[in-house]
Amino acid sequence: MLEVEGLACIRGERLLFRDLSFRVDRGQVAWITGPNGSGKTSLLRLLCGLSQPEAGAIRWQGQDTRAEREYFARDLLYLGHLNALKDDLTPEENLSLDPLGSVSRDAAVEMLSGRGLKRTVGLMSRVLSQGQKRRVALARLAFAQMRPLWILDEPFAALDAVAVDDLAATVAGHARGGGVVLLTSHQDVAIGDVPVKRVSLTAVSPIR
Amino acid sequence: MTATAFWTLLKRDLLLALRRRADVLTTFFFFVIVVSLFPLGVGPESDLLRSIAPGVIWVAALLASMLGLNRLFASDFADGTLEQMLLTPAPLGVLVLAKVLAHWLVAELPLVMVAPLLGLQLDISTEVVKVMWVTLLLGTPTLSLLGAIGAALTLGVRGGGPLLSLLVLPLCVPVLIFGAGAASAVAAGQDVQAHLSLLTGFLLCALVLAPVGAAAALRIALD
Repeated sequence: MLEVEGLACIRGERLLFRDLSFRVDRGQVAWITGPNGSGKTSLLRLLCGLSQPEAGAIRWQGQDTRAEREYFARDLLYLGHLNALKDDLTPEENLSLDPLGSVSRDAAVEMLSGRGLKRTVGLMSRVLSQGQKRRVALARLAFAQMRPLWILDEPFAALDAVAVDDLAATVAGHARGGGVVLLTSHQDVAIGDVPVKRVSLTAVSPIR
Repeated sequence: MTATAFWTLLKRDLLLALRRRADVLTTFFFFVIVVSLFPLGVGPESDLLRSIAPGVIWVAALLASMLGLNRLFASDFADGTLEQMLLTPAPLGVLVLAKVLAHWLVAELPLVMVAPLLGLQLDISTEVVKVMWVTLLLGTPTLSLLGAIGAALTLGVRGGGPLLSLLVLPLCVPVLIFGAGAASAVAAGQDVQAHLSLLTGFLLCALVLAPVGAAAALRIALD
């Protein structure tokens, strides 16, 4: 499904990695590993198309993702370090007014209630805790089942044990349903019974 | 899909403006105060005020429109919603247009609406007020669109606010000349058709080109 070939990335003046090649198939979870500063977030941003690689190609279902941007965007869900929540909107407004894909307000409320976030409904997002904000942001995953490719940057950060298990189950469920998940995390989380492919950035880093 | 993204974003930005009313009121009162300061500064001779009034109102509108511009993309950039906007299947230019429209509705339209009142305060005739109102209605969307390019270019730059004004104000000169010029022309009894046609032309050009330019600048800013 997702193929990466000979990818190189430069941030600032520094080469983060080069000759990075891997492929992730339908039903697989790819876990990007590497120490801080090894370029995990940069890799995920390259894969989404937020930044441009110095060299190499990224193909989704055999098509170059940059040439077929609109087509690729329909299949992609990206959750970055930032939660993409507006402080002055309530969680359900944040979900229902997301330009990515409109969900009705009632569906958003129901979704949040089902995930133990009922108490946050009607509150401004600015008063929520870090963990609650992260969970509201992750609630988008429930509306993104039809998008096969999930790219999640540190999705487990700031979550409590229950939420970590929930998320692991959601990720495993998506992979079982034929999706592809790429994620980074410093925590060691067991992702159910689906094949997890480790992609290490240490091997392709110019500094060892 | 594209239309849904446009309306959703417009609705979101209008709701956010409603929640942060202080930002909108600042622009509005800045405009009113700047115009009201002129009689105090240049003296109360009504002939002088009458002749400079359209120009004063236009320049004040131009400066007031610069105030909120640096926030156009900055908060979306800071909280990550801009990243998500870049990744939607809808063309980014269309989303930029939605944001600019929301900005114009909350920041510029109130200025256009109060301008006739300020014109009467400076004792200009109703005929001139009418023309000035039409030119503001045609000209301020162009200012917002040009401002969007500047806001996208200065995104993430330290001290971006003043830089934004330096970038955008020179680009606004043609709009100012023909906008304020129309009012002077009608005061002198000339035909203003040419001025209005040119302002409409500027608006149409900006409507087509500015979203594309701003979208390209946003992609660079997030790289």
